[in-house]
Amino acid sequence: MSALSLKGLRKVYGDVVAVDGIDLEIPAGECFGLLGPNGAGKTTTIEICEGLTEPDGGEVTVLGRHWDGDERELRERLGIQLQDTQLSEKITVRETLELFRSFYAQVRGVEEVIGLVQLEEKRDARVGTLSGGQKQRLALACALVGDPELLFLDEPTTGLDPQARRQLWELIDRFRGTGRTILITTHYMDEAERLCDRVAIMDHGRVIALGTPRALIAEIIAEHLVEFSAAEGEVNEAVLRTLPGVSAVKAQNGGWQLEVTALHRAVPELLTALERQRVVLSELRTHSATLEDVFVKLTGRHLRDE
Amino acid sequence: MSDARPQRPRTFRERALSQLTLVRYREFLREPEAIFWVFVFPVLLAAGLGLAFRNRPQETLKVGVLDVAPGALAVRIALEKEHALQPELLSDSAGMRHLAAGDIALFVVPHSATEVTYRYDDTRPDSRTARLLVDGAIQRAAGRPDPVAESDSLVHQRGARYIDFVIPGLLGMNLMGSGIWGVGFAIVDARKKRLLKRLIATPMSRAEYLASFILSRLTMLVLELIALLGFGLLVFGVPMRGSWAQLLLICLVASLSFSAIGLLVASRVRTIEGVSGLSNLVMLPMWVFSGVFFAWTRYPPAVQPFIRALPLTATIDALRGTMLHGMTWPDVLPQIAILGAWLALSFVLALKLFRWK
Repeated sequence: MSALSLKGLRKVYGDVVAVDGIDLEIPAGECFGLLGPNGAGKTTTIEICEGLTEPDGGEVTVLGRHWDGDERELRERLGIQLQDTQLSEKITVRETLELFRSFYAQVRGVEEVIGLVQLEEKRDARVGTLSGGQKQRLALACALVGDPELLFLDEPTTGLDPQARRQLWELIDRFRGTGRTILITTHYMDEAERLCDRVAIMDHGRVIALGTPRALIAEIIAEHLVEFSAAEGEVNEAVLRTLPGVSAVKAQNGGWQLEVTALHRAVPELLTALERQRVVLSELRTHSATLEDVFVKLTGRHLRDE
Repeated sequence: MSDARPQRPRTFRERALSQLTLVRYREFLREPEAIFWVFVFPVLLAAGLGLAFRNRPQETLKVGVLDVAPGALAVRIALEKEHALQPELLSDSAGMRHLAAGDIALFVVPHSATEVTYRYDDTRPDSRTARLLVDGAIQRAAGRPDPVAESDSLVHQRGARYIDFVIPGLLGMNLMGSGIWGVGFAIVDARKKRLLKRLIATPMSRAEYLASFILSRLTMLVLELIALLGFGLLVFGVPMRGSWAQLLLICLVASLSFSAIGLLVASRVRTIEGVSGLSNLVMLPMWVFSGVFFAWTRYPPAVQPFIRALPLTATIDALRGTMLHGMTWPDVLPQIAILGAWLALSFVLALKLFRWK
C-alpha cells in the first residue's frame, strides 16, 4: 500500500502555475526525495501533502486517507518539519518538546527524542541560543515526538554548514532504518543521492525525471564525465565520438566534456588519440556524474542558478 | 499500518492546554520589558500622579496691585488681611507680564477709593477664586457689613481625591493594554515566525490554542490587580467601598473582552508593525475619551452615548462605581452587559476572520 499517492496534482497562484499535474506513488518505508531548484514547486507540493495548502486540482491520498474528513487522524500520524518555522526563542529545548508532545495521542519520550537528535547537552538551553544546525535538529525532534508513520522534511539542511548537514543526514538515516516513510525536498543533489531511495526531479511545477539516483544518472547520462582542455593543437571532435565507451561529446568553456560509460577503457584511448593529433593537454579531469549533471542535461541550467 | 490512535492517559501537566498556557507564562516571564510595562509602569504612573495631584493645604494666591494707583498701599493692606492672598505692588507692565505668565492670579487696578478694576483670565479657576477673595477683602475694608455670621468646618474625604479617581482609571487602562497588546502581539509574532502554521500541522486543537491566551491572561490579571490595587490601597489609602467579588468579576469580564478584541486585531495581520499600529488605533479613542485621567462627562452631551459604549468606559465606570461609590450589582449591570457584548462580538468575528496559515 502506498504511504502517499498524488494524482494529477495542480496548484495555481494568480497566473503562476506552481504545481502542474504531478503524479507520484510513494510506497511505505521509502525515503523519497523531491529535487529541484527554488521555485520548482517542491514546497507547494509537500505542503499540499501535509494538508496545509489546498490543491486546485488532483487527488491526494495520505496513509490511505484523505484530508477532507480524516484531518484529525492524519495529523496524529504525520511528522512535519516546515522550511522556515522559528520556534519560540525564550523556551528551552525540553519545554518545546514537552509542548509538541502534549498534542499527540501516541508519543515518544522527550528524553528519548532529545537523545535521538543528539541535543542532550542543550536540553535546558533556550531555543534562541541554539546554532542553525541545532535548531534544525530540534525541528526534526518536534516532528518525531509524535511517533509519526510518515515524515515530511522540507529542505531540512538549507543554510547549514557541511558538518551540520552530515549530522542531520545521519539522524534521517536512523529514522529510515525503522521502516517509516519519508518525503524530503532539497535542492542539494548530494543530499538526495545520499538519503533517498528514489527521487523525482522537479522543474517549473512538473516532474521531469523519476527513479533511483543511480538509475537516473545511468539512464540520462553515462556514468562518468571526462573534461579536458587543450594547450596546443586542434581537437578532432569526430575522432572523439568514435572512441570506445564514449557516449556523448560536447565543447564547453573552451574545453571538452565527454560522457563515458567505462572510464578505465575510455581514458587510455582518449590520451592515445589526442597524442596522435599532437594535442598537448593543459587540464584533464574526470568525475562520477551526479544528479546535478542530470539536472543540467535535462534543463540546460544549473540547480542553484535560480 | 496502525489506524486511529487511542488517547493515552495524561497527567494535568501533560495536557495540551496546560502546556500551551505554561508556554505563555514562560514567554511572558522571560521578557523583562513586558514585566516592566505590565506591573511596574502602572504603579510608577500612579505614584507620579498621586504625588503631582495630592491635595495640598490651601495655597496662597499671588495677586498684583498697580503701584502708581491712588490708594495702592491701602489696597495692599486690606488684601493682606485675607490670609489666602499674597499681594504685591507691581508696575503696569510688570503686572501684565506676570499675569500673562500665570505668576499672579489677578491684577488689581484701583482708580479711586470707590472704584476698582480687576484684570484676570476668567477661564483660570485660581483667578476666579482670587477675584472673589480680593473683592470680598476690598469691600469689607471699605465698610461692607457681613450680615450672616460664618464659621468653617473642614472635611477632607477619602475617595474624593485625584488619586482615588485615577487608580480605577489606570487599572482599566492596564486591563485594556495587556489584553489587546498582549494577545495581539503574541499571535502576530507566532504567525510571522510561521509558528502558527507549524502548530496547526500537529493535532493541536485550535480552540485550546486560543483558550491558552485567555487562561494565561486571567492569571496574569490577578497579579496586575495585586500590584496596582495593593499599591493604591496601601500607599495612598484609596478606598474600597464595594464588594471584592464584584470588582473581580468586572476585571474578569473586562479582561476577556479586551483579549477578544486583541484576538480580533491580530486575526489577519502579518507584521509586528501592523499589529502595533492597529492596536494603537483601536486603543487611542479609549485613552482619550474613556475617562482614565478625567471624567468623560466633560465631553459634549452629543458624543457621550458613543463614549459610554466603549469597553474601556464601561470598565472604568464600573470599577470607579464599585471602589469609590460602593455600587452594587444592579448599578454595574449595564457596564457588564456592554463588556459582554464586546466580548461576544469580537470573539465571533475574530474566529471568522482568523488566518492560521
